[in-house]
Amino acid sequence: MKALQIRRNIARFGAARVVGAVSPSGATKVGPLEYRTIEDPERPGDGWHRVRTRLAGICGSDLSLIGGRASTYFESWVSFPFVPGHEVVGELVDGDEAGTRVVLEPVLGHAARDFPLPFDGARPADGDDYAHLAVTSQDGVEPAIQTGFCCSTGGGWAPWFWAHESQLHRLNLPINDLPDERAVLIEPFAGGIHAALLAAPIVEGRANPVVAVLGAGTMGLAAIAGLRRYIPDIRIVVGARYPHQRELALAFGADVVVTATELDRAVRREVGCHMLGGGESGALSSGADVTIDAVGSSRSIADSLRITRPRGRVVLLGMPAHVELDLTGLWHREIDLKGAYTYGTETLSDGTVTDTFHLAIDTVTAVEAERLLSATYSLDEHLDAIDHAATAGRRGAIKIAFDLRESN
Amino acid sequence: MPRPGFVLDVDRSTPPTLFWRGEGFSLERLPADRSRIIYPPEPLAGLDNLDGHIRDALLNPLDMDPLPELLKPDMKLTICFDDASLSLPKMQQPDNRQRIVEAVLDMAAEAGVDDVHIIAALGLHRRMHEYELRHVLGDRIVDAFLPKGFLYQHDAEDPDNITEIGHTDEGEVLEINKRAAESDLVVYANINQVAMDGGWKSLTTGLASYRCLSEHHNPASLQNTRSLMDRHHSALHKSIWRMGELLRDSGPTVFQVETTINTEAFPSPFEFLAKREWEWTARDRGLFLASSKSLNKLPNRTKRKLFHKIEAPYRTTSVQAGFTATVHERTLENVYQQHLVEVDGQTDILTMGIPFISPYNPESIMNPILVMCMGLGYLFNMYRGKPLVKEGGVVIMTHPTYEEFHPVHHPSYIDFFDEVLADTNDPAVMSTKWEKKYAEDEWYRHLYRTSYAYHGVHPFYAWYWGAHGQQHAGKVIIVGGYAATVRKLGFTPASTMNDALEIASDTVGRSPTISHLHVPGVLVADVK
Repeated sequence: MKALQIRRNIARFGAARVVGAVSPSGATKVGPLEYRTIEDPERPGDGWHRVRTRLAGICGSDLSLIGGRASTYFESWVSFPFVPGHEVVGELVDGDEAGTRVVLEPVLGHAARDFPLPFDGARPADGDDYAHLAVTSQDGVEPAIQTGFCCSTGGGWAPWFWAHESQLHRLNLPINDLPDERAVLIEPFAGGIHAALLAAPIVEGRANPVVAVLGAGTMGLAAIAGLRRYIPDIRIVVGARYPHQRELALAFGADVVVTATELDRAVRREVGCHMLGGGESGALSSGADVTIDAVGSSRSIADSLRITRPRGRVVLLGMPAHVELDLTGLWHREIDLKGAYTYGTETLSDGTVTDTFHLAIDTVTAVEAERLLSATYSLDEHLDAIDHAATAGRRGAIKIAFDLRESN
Repeated sequence: MPRPGFVLDVDRSTPPTLFWRGEGFSLERLPADRSRIIYPPEPLAGLDNLDGHIRDALLNPLDMDPLPELLKPDMKLTICFDDASLSLPKMQQPDNRQRIVEAVLDMAAEAGVDDVHIIAALGLHRRMHEYELRHVLGDRIVDAFLPKGFLYQHDAEDPDNITEIGHTDEGEVLEINKRAAESDLVVYANINQVAMDGGWKSLTTGLASYRCLSEHHNPASLQNTRSLMDRHHSALHKSIWRMGELLRDSGPTVFQVETTINTEAFPSPFEFLAKREWEWTARDRGLFLASSKSLNKLPNRTKRKLFHKIEAPYRTTSVQAGFTATVHERTLENVYQQHLVEVDGQTDILTMGIPFISPYNPESIMNPILVMCMGLGYLFNMYRGKPLVKEGGVVIMTHPTYEEFHPVHHPSYIDFFDEVLADTNDPAVMSTKWEKKYAEDEWYRHLYRTSYAYHGVHPFYAWYWGAHGQQHAGKVIIVGGYAATVRKLGFTPASTMNDALEIASDTVGRSPTISHLHVPGVLVADVK
């Protein structure tokens, strides 16, 4: 089949990194992503289903990889060549369930690799040992953190791929009630909601808690929606770069929305603390109880540390890669720097135990998340698609996806 | 003999007219046969031997005993003086306040008074930098009093140093600086640049608390202040005068010294700014072209530095001392002599160029809120009788209106712009909904008291200053301003004066009458 594929090619990764500093579309042309005919992946074993892609989103981590900016940390956690695409709504191809729409929970967890579950009912991303992700499973599934980075399974940027039973969420609602355009956002929403729930233990019991969100792309907006739905009685302050992002942040439940450069002052106004350096440094004497950094740059992490109160928490939702940081503030303020990679088993403030994808399915419907899907492209238009996704903010877009419904 | 102000009817032969545009200026051609330009009177002659006149005023005061008779060896003497908001631009040294304070100190020394404090009457303005204190008072006073802690700045947020004097018949609270309240004599050294200043306002605002100031610095008072330059028709001044009477009856003895200055605001090479355009010489035209072109190439920061360096060669036109109310009536006569221009009737449009400076940005940035304050607060209020523009008419200003703020001087202005103006530009609404939060913000309080920041509530006051103009005008247009910033102020942006007139036609028709308030030069239009 013809698919988008990334092969291990150091020269292409390097070229993408150099060219990507100037032009995202240029990086795609010279980089490791190729639209080519690939061998169909073999079924890894029992419990694996062939999934035909309907819509597959383009994520920030995909863009990092295509642009040659991904961290070498992932060296041991990916297997080349692979088909990207982990934000997927598709349909089962074989057997009695053929035609059933599914959403992919992409982490290739314990069940998919024949490892014992860390606890009963564990979701793919649960557990405190990632050894199963870094080794070849008994079924021959090569190392990878998730579908979309694994040579054995294929990925969503192809007409079809293999998914393990443990990775599938069947959409039992009619397509009119849960259209594909909404369903393709379930995975990123699960990520955002997971980050939002990491605020819960910090704000619990605080008077007038404030959570700041820096960045309002797909992940930031998902986090805002999650905060509003699942963390009661908080004030949400959002800094977003573009006007359309600010409008959506308000629509998704933010209390105060400002431009990204005004976030420090907006948080100060909410909290009523001091701004140090006579107002010129932007560092606050106190700050937000929790800041969710949905950007993941040196600047955004530094900003998050400056606006988070002592003994507060910074949640890194945006994938940071290489950053350069002055961590004195983190040390002095004893801030908890918390990563937020995926999703899994969650315990809500009322004690309910659930999993993030179920929360995300509810949330995308509640906020009509399809409004975030700004444009779709076919696989052969991938240069335009990647360029659009890389410049989404300034082009008034949020989420870009590949649409394979016609071609399939 | 200086020529009086006058009104020029624009015809086809009238040369283009000067408009300030912040740290720059432009020439604009106003429509012939329906526009008029109101020129200020030329600067009055100054007093020779100013120190002699000051001494004479202290020895022959109005409705009070001569100052030496009020000075006793064991008394508490407090000398207060206007802060850096006066004069604009700052006057060349020696400043009138230095001359007055030195004269008072000489007499106090002769009388054996040794408990003397000197207080900058800041109100809720920012504290003065030491170099500003030195400019205003001179090195001798600063070196003698500052290190010993006898020269300091009023702190409206120091509850231990504020004393309640009482309440007026209308229930307004008067509370002022404790040292002044407990003094046997308070001498106030003033510079009177416009009719709004001086009188009881000097002390009851300059030494007051927020609680006291909010009695009259509020939307209701300012909307009923018609105008700020006519205290007899100003709700703000009426409230202040009630407080003054209370101070007279229940407070310390106040000996007011007021000086009026002429309008010689710009030294070489900017003296052409105050000339009437058709009288510009070839040199003036050359200077205009050279300075405009050079200014256009400079970054804002450099332009500001250059303009704020200007020291005005003002001449002092009168000195009067004694009982505050009597002194101020004499002051007003002298101020009006310099400023009044008789104008016949109102027009559909009022145009004005907004300069680089206002009372609230000495050595600082003219931020968007101050543009509003300067246009609709100060320049719109330069009238007696009725406004120059008809009710529902259009005010057109020229200013770049960049979204720039001085982070040290105006921290609460930044938040006011981001938060309050995003919600409302209605003075009454913002007063109810937002003012308290800003007035009581601990960070603003800290910066006001220890740094060089205007009080947290100050942007509200700057906004209220324009409340009457805002209510009166049907539309406000800013020519040459950043569109987004102008819109956030609630105004309409225009690229050129012609565009502005086109936009104004929706409100005032195709052939509106136009008045242009010629600035620089200060004038008060006496509109009949």
